[in-house]
Amino acid sequence: MTYTANFRVWRGIGGEGELQDYTVEVNEGEVVLDVIHRIQATQEPDLGVRWNCKAGKCGSCSAEINGKPRLMCMTRMNTFEEGAPVTVTPMRTFPVIRDLVTDVSFNYEKGRQVPAFSPPKDLKPGDFRMQQKDVERSQEFRKCIECFLCTNTCHAVRDHEENVKFFAGPRVLMRTAELDMHPLDTLDRRRMAQDELGLGYCNITKCCTEVCPEHIHITDNALIPLKERVADLKYDPLRWLGNKIRVRGKDD
Amino acid sequence: MSQITKLQFDVIVVGAGGAGLRAAIAAREAGKKTAILSKSLFGKAHTVMAEGGIAASMGNVNSNDNWKVHFCDTMRGGKFLNHYRMAELHAKEAPDRVWELEAWGALFDRTPDGKISQRNFGGHEYPRLAHVGDRTGLEMIRTLQQRVVALQQQDKAEFGDYDAMIQVFAETSVSHVFVSGEGADRKVSGAFAYARGTGDFIVFEAPSVILATGGIGKSFKVTSNSWEYTGDGHSMALISGGSLVNMEFVQFHPTGMVWPLSVKGILVTESVRGDGGVLTNSEGRRFMFDYIPDVFKAQYAKTEEEADRWYTDPDNNKRPPELLPRDEVARAINTEVKAGRGSPHGGVFLDVSKRLPADVIRAKLPSMWHQFKELADVDITLEPMEVGPTCHYVMGGIEVDPDTQQAVGVKGLYAAGESSGGMHGSNRLGGNSLSDLLVFGKRAGDAAAEYASAAGPVTLSDAEIAAAETAAMAPFSNAGGENPYAIQQELQQMMNDYVGIIRTEDELKQALVEIEKFKERAARVGVKGTRQYNPAWHIALDLPHQLVVSECIARAALGREESRGGHTRDDFAKMSPEWRQVNLICYAEGTGVRVEKQALPTIPQELVSLFDSSELSKYMTQAELDSIAQGTA
Ligand SMILES: Cc1cc2nc3c(=O)[nH]c(=O)nc-3n(C[C@H](O)[C@H](O)[C@H](O)COP(=O)(O)OP(=O)(O)OC[C@H]3O[C@@H](n4cnc5c(N)ncnc54)[C@H](O)[C@@H]3O)c2cc1C
Ligand code: SF4
Ligand code: SF4
Ligand code: FES
Repeated sequence: MTYTANFRVWRGIGGEGELQDYTVEVNEGEVVLDVIHRIQATQEPDLGVRWNCKAGKCGSCSAEINGKPRLMCMTRMNTFEEGAPVTVTPMRTFPVIRDLVTDVSFNYEKGRQVPAFSPPKDLKPGDFRMQQKDVERSQEFRKCIECFLCTNTCHAVRDHEENVKFFAGPRVLMRTAELDMHPLDTLDRRRMAQDELGLGYCNITKCCTEVCPEHIHITDNALIPLKERVADLKYDPLRWLGNKIRVRGKDD
Repeated sequence: MSQITKLQFDVIVVGAGGAGLRAAIAAREAGKKTAILSKSLFGKAHTVMAEGGIAASMGNVNSNDNWKVHFCDTMRGGKFLNHYRMAELHAKEAPDRVWELEAWGALFDRTPDGKISQRNFGGHEYPRLAHVGDRTGLEMIRTLQQRVVALQQQDKAEFGDYDAMIQVFAETSVSHVFVSGEGADRKVSGAFAYARGTGDFIVFEAPSVILATGGIGKSFKVTSNSWEYTGDGHSMALISGGSLVNMEFVQFHPTGMVWPLSVKGILVTESVRGDGGVLTNSEGRRFMFDYIPDVFKAQYAKTEEEADRWYTDPDNNKRPPELLPRDEVARAINTEVKAGRGSPHGGVFLDVSKRLPADVIRAKLPSMWHQFKELADVDITLEPMEVGPTCHYVMGGIEVDPDTQQAVGVKGLYAAGESSGGMHGSNRLGGNSLSDLLVFGKRAGDAAAEYASAAGPVTLSDAEIAAAETAAMAPFSNAGGENPYAIQQELQQMMNDYVGIIRTEDELKQALVEIEKFKERAARVGVKGTRQYNPAWHIALDLPHQLVVSECIARAALGREESRGGHTRDDFAKMSPEWRQVNLICYAEGTGVRVEKQALPTIPQELVSLFDSSELSKYMTQAELDSIAQGTA
């Protein structure tokens, strides 16, 4: 099952760099990250790549493989034809630090703007009571491993660097939706989602959802409901409050 | 000397896993200016990978549970080698630490009455693990990360700067901890770090340093641990004048993936067994029934029928032997495979598909389903998994004061989480790590803050800084030298072969010979290229830590002539009551490691009386039992 593959890997520091070709051994069951590691160990010791868990749990190894945004540790080599070149490039939306490693600090900066969870002041730890069906909506979003592939893919910032100032990207907007749907959160973040995080830039194309390795329904379950609630702002301030304290159906 | 940034803090936390973040939160809440440093990005420490849950005796699912039962389970699991005081504090404080997470936004799975749900796990008498599906570690790290952000938002409101009181330095590795003074005056003065992205050096001047650097598993070939686990904290504590305890005890988790080879070692969570998964060999036999040791005979089912009834009626039946402590299960699997009754790829079978409906499996074990489907083409709702032991956790760690987590021998140095030792004795129960991180992370943060107030600011001399810089730059002056990847891989193979799950005197001695050769090679290691995100350089700097820690494990393993928990000697197969009274402590000496025996503290009467004397008699010497009996008389 061992064969020799042709890898084309983007190498460079900062914005400067180019694709370089490697011929490298591939064994049965391997993923792209294994092959990158083999290049590192045997040919290019200083090849920069981020990784941690090697099991799709930490969201470190995001890159673009044959142009598709993916986790390198979850992309099996048997999904490619033997012999066809495999091209690995860094995520396109974020500045490159080196080789396959990008600077994703933008996501942390935007994330820091979202006001934290705020439970009722008189509710003591240990006294929280929530039903499973009420936490499930936010739990879906908390599966997020912060790989930032969604934001990397979103056309509002991909190739539109000028929008970065105004648009926080799907990951951070989903965090806002998550807090909004938390049964015991008391803050209203709708105006900030619209005005500061740029929810309006999203035109629900679902490209983010397509690349999410956790299969989170970012657009349908987070962004669209958030947009609807922002729309409610204009005419029905009480409805939001009602939404927070009642059990909500999937599409209200 | 190139440009080096110098920063002043009260408390430096090395590590952004559960322990480090909880410590940093405590230090900041105590009003101290705190820095958090980590090798990987914020929110991606090893803790993110924890699956099963957090052990805390909240009693939400079975109200018979309380801290005393949790304490007893922990001591039993550790085969009574645990530091009793740590096990006591841990059992008492874990529930508060979990509830606190909920108040910071964690969304655990719920019971029907709306409380935090708790699941069964090996060695825990009652359902005790708070969890979120099988991604509990992710929930925990995200919650702590978001708590840090919440504090930063408060600081932004008060001081106009998010980073005023608590600042995160992600992808910033510490290569050296500064200490000064000798003997009783030995104390910390800061840390030397390099930013991985730029290769720039940063010097942190601080009176308190908390090591929360996690484990050592990257020194073994088959491991569930990532590149981060090179034992940096263990090694830096030792070199700074601290000591390590219990280093011979390494936990091999019974169920790692065995196929495909490239994912060999990746963890299959114990929840699979807690939720009904059974282990069988190639003959289809549920072999764990053949491996229930005498000390556990009273607590485990003898027949498959009783074991099966336990899942629905735990109060009237004994638990299945698949849920024995990890060391027992790992050894059993090892024996089955060696006896030729293994699965095609050298493991055994673990099956939930015949016991739970597919949708329940996908709901309870979503990431396991995902992991097997995507990495091994196996659908666990339809077919069994193949699993085998994998290096998972180190019980041994930095020797600390149990109440403050201050490292023995160095003032201002603290350790928490997997990098500290004593809490788990010879074997850790599943779920007891995440709770350990929270309980002792908080304690370390509190104590480090208090010490920083008393000690006041510190400054470092140019000479100290220059020496740390020279050491960090050394691999670049050897451009044609040894390949760091090759040394690391060979070390991993050697540790697996000679210091693995079953050990013998000859192999351990051989390991020590090999380690000396590795040390010589590591001294000649060379890297080329620039300092920006250069993984070869990073590994070159991790290697000395791996070697120190590997030597500690091998020496302590050679010293302990018995088998207990995560230390199995083929040539001393029995557990010995005399050895239970002894800890092995590692100290740095010359270019190597010295091991000394140290008496275990005596368990006070009120705690030891929680156990039956018949149970104690399996672990203790007659003299100990007599003095316990006199105490109660
Ligand atoms: C796959 C898996 C599943 C697990 N499941 C469970 C479970 O269900 N329940 C449970 O209780 N336990 C579980 N464990 C064990 C538990 O996850 C770990 O023991 C625990 O997370 C360790 O936490 P920590 O805070 O000590 O260290 P970590 O979370 O590992 O964090 C260590 C931190 O230190 C940093 N660091 C290390 N060296 C340096 C340095 N030189 N400079 C700067 N930073 C440094 C790292 O970057 C990282 O941020 C599991 C472990 C694994 C591997
Ligand atoms: S759905 Fe919205 S956020 Fe997602 S990719 Fe499309 S525009 Fe971007
Ligand atoms: S939502 Fe999905 S794609 Fe986006 S960061 Fe989270 S895990 Fe990655
Ligand atoms: S390495 Fe963790 S997601 Fe790929």
